[in-house]
Amino acid sequence: MPALTRYRQPESLPVELHRRRIYIVPTGFGIGFAVLLAVMLIGALNYSNNAALLLTCLVGAASVASMLVAFRTLDGLRLVGIHAGHVVAGETAELHLEFRTRRARQALRVDLGDEHASFGIDADGQARVRLTMPTEFRGWQPMPRLRLWSTWPLGMFRAWSWLYPQHAILVWPRPEASGPPPRQPADDTQLRRLQRGDDLAALRDYRHGDPQRHIAWKASARHEQLLVKDFEQPAGQHEWRLDWQQLAGLDNETRIARLARWLGEAQALGQPCSLHLPDQQVAAGNGPLHYAQCMDLLAMLP
Amino acid sequence: MRLVFKRTGAAQPPLPQRAFDLMCLSVAVLLALHAPHLPYGLTAGLGFVLAWRWWQRRQRAGRTPTWLKLPLLGLLTLAVIGSYGTLFGLEPGAAFAVGLLVLKLLESETVRDARVAMGFACFALMSALLFGQGLVATFVVALGLLPTLAALRALEPAQRPVRFIRELLPGVGLLLCALPLALFAFLVVPRLGSPLWGAPSSQQATSGLSDSMSPGNFTDLLLDDSPALRVNFEGMLPPTNQRYFRAYVMWDYDGRSWEHVDARLRPTVAVEADAAPVAYQINLEPTHQRVLPALDVPLEAPAHAQLRGDRELIADRPVNDPFNYSLRSVLRYQLQPTLDERSRQRGLRLPAGFNPRTQALAAEWRQQHGGDDAAIVQAALTLFHDRDFHYTLSPPRLGRDAMDEFLFVTRQGFCEHYASSFTVLMRAAGIPARVVTGYQGGYWNALGGYLLVRQSDAHAWSEVWLAGRGWVRVDPTAAVRPERISLGANAAAFGQLPWYRSGWLQDMRNHWDIVNQWWNEGVIGFDSIRQRGLLTPFGLRDLDDRMLGVILAAGSALFALLGLGWALHRRERIDPASRLMRALENKLGRGGIVRRANEGPQHYLSRAARALPAQRDELMKLMNCYLECRYAHDEPPPESLRYLRRLVRDFRVRRVFK
Repeated sequence: MPALTRYRQPESLPVELHRRRIYIVPTGFGIGFAVLLAVMLIGALNYSNNAALLLTCLVGAASVASMLVAFRTLDGLRLVGIHAGHVVAGETAELHLEFRTRRARQALRVDLGDEHASFGIDADGQARVRLTMPTEFRGWQPMPRLRLWSTWPLGMFRAWSWLYPQHAILVWPRPEASGPPPRQPADDTQLRRLQRGDDLAALRDYRHGDPQRHIAWKASARHEQLLVKDFEQPAGQHEWRLDWQQLAGLDNETRIARLARWLGEAQALGQPCSLHLPDQQVAAGNGPLHYAQCMDLLAMLP
Repeated sequence: MRLVFKRTGAAQPPLPQRAFDLMCLSVAVLLALHAPHLPYGLTAGLGFVLAWRWWQRRQRAGRTPTWLKLPLLGLLTLAVIGSYGTLFGLEPGAAFAVGLLVLKLLESETVRDARVAMGFACFALMSALLFGQGLVATFVVALGLLPTLAALRALEPAQRPVRFIRELLPGVGLLLCALPLALFAFLVVPRLGSPLWGAPSSQQATSGLSDSMSPGNFTDLLLDDSPALRVNFEGMLPPTNQRYFRAYVMWDYDGRSWEHVDARLRPTVAVEADAAPVAYQINLEPTHQRVLPALDVPLEAPAHAQLRGDRELIADRPVNDPFNYSLRSVLRYQLQPTLDERSRQRGLRLPAGFNPRTQALAAEWRQQHGGDDAAIVQAALTLFHDRDFHYTLSPPRLGRDAMDEFLFVTRQGFCEHYASSFTVLMRAAGIPARVVTGYQGGYWNALGGYLLVRQSDAHAWSEVWLAGRGWVRVDPTAAVRPERISLGANAAAFGQLPWYRSGWLQDMRNHWDIVNQWWNEGVIGFDSIRQRGLLTPFGLRDLDDRMLGVILAAGSALFALLGLGWALHRRERIDPASRLMRALENKLGRGGIVRRANEGPQHYLSRAARALPAQRDELMKLMNCYLECRYAHDEPPPESLRYLRRLVRDFRVRRVFK
């Protein structure tokens, strides 16, 4: 069936459904109902009962009309975006599909593997559908084929279409369960010195408990309240240097898993860290963005 | 019905409450539609089960346990067999189907169950029409489709919540869209030449006149004002006192009742017409009998019927569906001018030992008037007219010598009593006489141009045979109550009828009957003969089944194209700002400044401003407004659009000729 396989090639977003890619077949219920209609027709003809015949024709015509409604439920639907959250290999990824239409629609369903979701689109023509997708390995994972279908309005016909968006989600490596802590860099005396807080960084308002010798008297004379000299205070912490090369002797995936664990720990502690990979570096930093950047790099390692 | 075995496979989605409510409504409508022919007990029981199930599922969703379902199923089977004696056939089948559907609700908890139930409900709705295909019944059944369709819709996921009553509306739209195709299919679906299986049951209660008559058994009929027949006359409408529609001629009297015997073997009696015949068509409501009423004396039999000895019309088959036939009748005639001896004997026979006082009175008249039969007839009519006889629809019951009691004691009755006693009197006096039953009168529907005869117009009268005149109709009721003949049964029974049969309401009902007439003619009466003549105006005579099949296929294809056109149509949505810009371009183009294909709006309008320096400000304003509408927002704000529209509307190119 070449028609069914025509869209095997991934296509770039937005994907719009049109008549050449929407298929319709009767559902099991539809086939059963057709048999029932045939029985009704024969019964009405046998009893030469014109009112019953008219009713049978009416129900039959309504069923046929429902096929066109099913088609129109899908026709003109556009998939404009796919948003994926961060996911670690082995867990399920959360996807948000963004659909646009011009008309309101109801009773749409989307299947992704064994995952099903149903949604409707309001008059504003937008809908976001949440789906989950299982992941196995780190790295770029292409979107599988999506099936968009509906049996609206009477459940007698199923209209469906395959979507194969050219989109991949980045799956982060799975951190190892346990292992050694990151090795501290040996030459951290420089940092300790800094901790003493000699470098003047800025002036700030006086807070109760500030040492008197930190008050900037000259500057305070020109202001209404006291100003205090603020010094760099690394608070007894130092940057973790997470280096690919330190983990010599391990295979690549183990190294990645360990780095991922360290990154996770650093993120949990709010600990600044820097990541050094064979051909890429991430400068020291912390926060979710930094973490995501490091994990992305790890995920994309060959 | 899945009662015992279990289904395997994927779990079915549960049933939404809204869908279940709609299913209950659908089944309730169905039950109401079938109620007229179901036993009362069964209707009540099923209604109770339905209501209980609805209430129970509102409390807690879940299947009814099997220990409850199985006994209910057994009970239903027993009830149907107990009422009808069998499970097969139209009536028991319909009763059983309705019962099964109610029981199906007990175990409907999944979408699949609900779909099966609603599909079956469509079938059961249609079967309700097999018991009566009137306009109202059909319309109500079509309305019954609405909750069924709504229930099917409610099974779909992810819908906008709406109020309960609004659920029914989309079904109306769907049915209206489907109506053209349905009507087309109705017109051209080839009809069966003969039924495939046991034709419609004949056990159905016969309605209308019966082939025997005893005083008092018309009472139900006279209170039943459903239409009996409708008559279209080709010429003038006969006057009221000549609108006698004969059905049965009854000869045999056993002291209690008059019997009609099908005169199958006797030759048809001669009739000599004294006036031109009247041509007319009769549309007869189903009677489940074979007799076809005809205006007075019919000259020949219509198709599918025979003329019997006493010029009664007997159809080849019982009339189970509305039946149309065309006839010619004479209203002034000599029926059987010469009476053979056997008929004379038959027309004089009276049971021995009954009604002695009546016989004595007749003998007295015979002595009094000698050989003058007409004088004896007149004497009898005078008796009815002058003595204290009353026309009433609720006469007292009569004993063994019914005619004696009626003539000399009670003196209350309606047409049957008068016709019967008159005929007995005549026979006792030695004049051959017989009773004729049929309809008399009717309501002339001027809008539809037809005469509506209701069951309540049923009437009985007498015929006496007079030498040289043949059988002469004598209506003794007219002697008692002339209004019965001149104004109709309603006027005669004034004050004795239910409220809806009096006055203006009855008039309205008579007018409304034209819709029934259209329905009967257009839909119910559309048989294979009329189907064959469907395309005669287009030169296609006598369509056979193959031709009809071709037309059906071609028409369906046409409808499919129309439907596809609708389905594929996408409304081009032009941005309103662009549309206004196009209008502006047209105005400027007429002024000679045509937009080039490679020109953006800004460039174009700047060029226009240079070409029309007098309108520079105006054009700049237009340009800025357009750019704002088009590019400053996702969706142009309505006030800016309004402003732009006004600017474009007011803009005129003022050419300055140098």
